[in-house]
Amino acid sequence: MALKDITLGQYYPGDSAIHRLDPRTKLIGTILFLVSLFVVKNFTGFLFCAICLAILVKISGVPFRYMARGLKAVIFLIVFTALINLFMTPGTPIWQFGILKIAREGIYRACFMAIRLVMLIFGSSLLTLTTKPVALTDGMERLLSPLSKIGLPSHELAMMMTIALRFIPTLLDETDKIMKAQTARGADFESGNLRERAKGLIPLLVPLFVSAFRIAADLAMAMEARCYRGGDGRTRMNGMAFTKLDTVAAILLILYFAAVIALGRLPLF
Amino acid sequence: MRIEVKDLSYIYSEGMPFESVALEDVSLTVESGEFAAVIGHTGSGKSTLLMHLNGLMKPTRGQVLADGVDIHEKTKEAREARRKVGLVFQYPEYQLFEETVLKDVCFGPKNYGFTPEECEAKAIEALKLVGIDPDEKGGVSPFELSGGEKRRVAIAGVLAMDPQVLILDEPTAGLDPKGHRDILDMVCRIHKEKHLTILLVSHNMDDAARLADRILVLDKGRLAMDGTPQEVFSHYEELHSIGLSTPSSSELLHLLKSKGLNVNTNIFNEDEAVEEILKAIHGA
Repeated sequence: MALKDITLGQYYPGDSAIHRLDPRTKLIGTILFLVSLFVVKNFTGFLFCAICLAILVKISGVPFRYMARGLKAVIFLIVFTALINLFMTPGTPIWQFGILKIAREGIYRACFMAIRLVMLIFGSSLLTLTTKPVALTDGMERLLSPLSKIGLPSHELAMMMTIALRFIPTLLDETDKIMKAQTARGADFESGNLRERAKGLIPLLVPLFVSAFRIAADLAMAMEARCYRGGDGRTRMNGMAFTKLDTVAAILLILYFAAVIALGRLPLF
Repeated sequence: MRIEVKDLSYIYSEGMPFESVALEDVSLTVESGEFAAVIGHTGSGKSTLLMHLNGLMKPTRGQVLADGVDIHEKTKEAREARRKVGLVFQYPEYQLFEETVLKDVCFGPKNYGFTPEECEAKAIEALKLVGIDPDEKGGVSPFELSGGEKRRVAIAGVLAMDPQVLILDEPTAGLDPKGHRDILDMVCRIHKEKHLTILLVSHNMDDAARLADRILVLDKGRLAMDGTPQEVFSHYEELHSIGLSTPSSSELLHLLKSKGLNVNTNIFNEDEAVEEILKAIHGA
């Protein structure tokens, strides 16, 4: 079933160097990597990024097949982007059929965009696969905390993310259960035209919303029962500390970024 | 309807690091009209087994036959066979979604292509069967009902499809003692009136001993025991070693025996247990 294929936001247990890095390092690293994908100007640059990413994936110990499953959910987006670029880029036409025409530049742009998207997804899923969601949002909170001085509610934002991430699997479970119960009553979620399918979702969505509200009310009650009152003066059970590993990672990151910029300046294909 | 399970195995996330075996070579037959109870520790594979019985899950290996038809086939007969195996999940009230009780109960038969009149007739009959007055409650929103009523309506939603086998996964979970008794009495009544084959998953050994003709014990995905309540519950040590127990009357008799009272421990209902204890005291 399609629900099982969503790997984005799912933690893959392990104890690699990547898993052990401080979440803040990984967050900044991922952001830099994503930025670097937009700095890249040629295919040689992408090749370099891909090699670096492949090495990181290898170190992390997450099986490639497992990561690739995350692509399935967005394959439509990638194909769509590639097609739009293929047909809409002006330039020297090499093929024409009615209003459809393909330019040499279009092929180049389409490949470029598709590679960029695939790498964006791999890069960001490496972060979520190797970092526990709670560590991730804690890291985010710490990174954003200087901004709370100018009124950004960093703790609240992080808490919202934590709750959202925490309840993705719960809601997926719930969806799965309701789907099964309705399938046992003969509901069909997989065939029919778009209209029929959309109508077929009602028996799933109504109970799901009811569940979501129930879960939210229970959670709010449980938090209040334990005197939750926001972020001021709150301490943490697991403090975060940079280690030698993070220093090494930071140096490698700077070198990587410099290399990407340098490659972009060279007249390569 | 006779259900036959042949060498059924199911492995979750095969080839992933989270791989786990939920069922291993389970074979069993439930005869038409039988009332069987399935007991087992949490995570013993009970729910997984049930979901295979009406085709919600596809076995990794093995097959499930309903009156000789493999229910995992893609044929019309297989779909018809799946309809005849009604499955009531744990907390079935979470599946309610329609505007009115009657419409919700109609959902099942409607999906199987019955005409609106037939659906309504089936729904009314099913509601009566579970003890809900269709005239009084039929037009009410299911979300306005009490917990016990919601559960009955949800069970009616399955009964409206005219199943020949009714599978109930802990139908009394989270109910108060009265609700508990009412639901089980209802299941018994349906069993007698409609001659359905019933499979009841329960954590309550007293219920299992009182209601079922047959007990199936699952442990770590395997069928550990299969027999009449008398046979199964006489294995006191074995049941305890897999995290289960015997009915409370038998547990009490075991305790008395260990304290020196000479009683027969294989008694599974309260009245007979009382007689046995009185006999042992007065005889001594």
